Amino acid sequence: MNFNATLIGQMISFAVFIWFCMRFVWPPITQALTTRKEKIAEGLAAADRGRQEQELAQKAALEKLHEAKQQAAEIIQRAEKRAAEIVDAAKDDAREEGERLMAAARAEIEQEVNRAREALRGQVVEIATAGAARILKRELDATANDELIKDLVAQI
Amino acid sequence: MAAGPATSSEYIKHHLTNLTFGQHADGHWGFAHSMGEAAEMGFWAINVDSMLFSIGLGALFMWGFRKAASTATAGVPGGWQNFVEWVIEFIDESVRGSFSGQSRLVAPLALTIFVWVFLMNFMDLIAVDLLPTLAGLAGVHFLKIVPSTDPNITFGLSLTVFLLVLFYSIKFKGVGGFLGELAFQPFPKWLAPINLILEGVNLISKPVSLSLRLFGNMYAGEMIFILIALMYSGGMVLGTFGGLLQLGWAIFHILIITLQAFIFMTLTIVYLDMACQEHH
Repeated sequence: MNFNATLIGQMISFAVFIWFCMRFVWPPITQALTTRKEKIAEGLAAADRGRQEQELAQKAALEKLHEAKQQAAEIIQRAEKRAAEIVDAAKDDAREEGERLMAAARAEIEQEVNRAREALRGQVVEIATAGAARILKRELDATANDELIKDLVAQI
Repeated sequence: MAAGPATSSEYIKHHLTNLTFGQHADGHWGFAHSMGEAAEMGFWAINVDSMLFSIGLGALFMWGFRKAASTATAGVPGGWQNFVEWVIEFIDESVRGSFSGQSRLVAPLALTIFVWVFLMNFMDLIAVDLLPTLAGLAGVHFLKIVPSTDPNITFGLSLTVFLLVLFYSIKFKGVGGFLGELAFQPFPKWLAPINLILEGVNLISKPVSLSLRLFGNMYAGEMIFILIALMYSGGMVLGTFGGLLQLGWAIFHILIITLQAFIFMTLTIVYLDMACQEHH
């Protein structure tokens, strides 16, 4: 309980400890704390940025999807239109072809009719000639009367 | 001596005596064998036990914290680094709250005071007879293991703080400003002598109250441990009761030792803050 040199010893050791603490203990730890604080702040900022970017990307993706849908709809529409056109064209073609066939058939029929008529005419001429010969009971020059008979037949 | 003192007053006295090394009255150097001999040695003697435990605990603190500091990373901290960071953030907050100036010294100073004083106080929680008995077996007569129950230690701390207060006062206000603050307030200038007395007392009371508060609390706490320990010699029932009391007082004492370390630190910061601030 008496004061002695312990006092001075304690003051010296206290000073040494303060110096040591100030030099070797305090700065590295506070440095680490500050660095970590910065790192955390950076991390949070990066996370925010990431979230924003993700939102933007989502929006862009939605837009793209929308566009694609629109494009698909357009393509389908065009395809339908084209199909209708093709069907119409096919119908037209078919009709034309039919008409053509019909016309050809008609022409052939006409030809046949004409041919038949010609044949008939020939036969009629012969029949008429024969008839006339019989009626006249005399032989006529076939060639001289042919002209006359032909005119007659053409008037039939 | 190793057999231990017989009566309770001798027991108490034995526990309150430091192991003092110095020059005996007859001129030779050696350990004092009683309080009286220690007193006769005068100022140039040293309390070996206080000094050893104080420096040992300080070195332990520095070693532990330096270990954390040298491996400190900004990444994920390990367990010990986490604890050290927790302490340092606590101190840093206290300093920011109380100290308005800019100084690289104050925060490490506060950390040193808080942890060191806490460790020195903590020695109070080690069973009161354990280390002195072991030392007695090894042939050492006296051993006081709680450095903060030695006024030399607490005054050593507070006087260092006082010197820092003076240094900061003069650094921030100049010699004239500091003396002016002592002489020219709170009363007008022509009452300078009265001002000097008032402010002088105010100034001196800072280190005295700082060290005596710590010393008084720790000394009283130690005394209660010793008194309760006396009950062990009172038979089975009283001894058991004493053991329970020891436990209860130790648990309560945890609060006191932490609080005293915190108060010492906070007041140091406040005194240094006052030293840096202009009053007018």
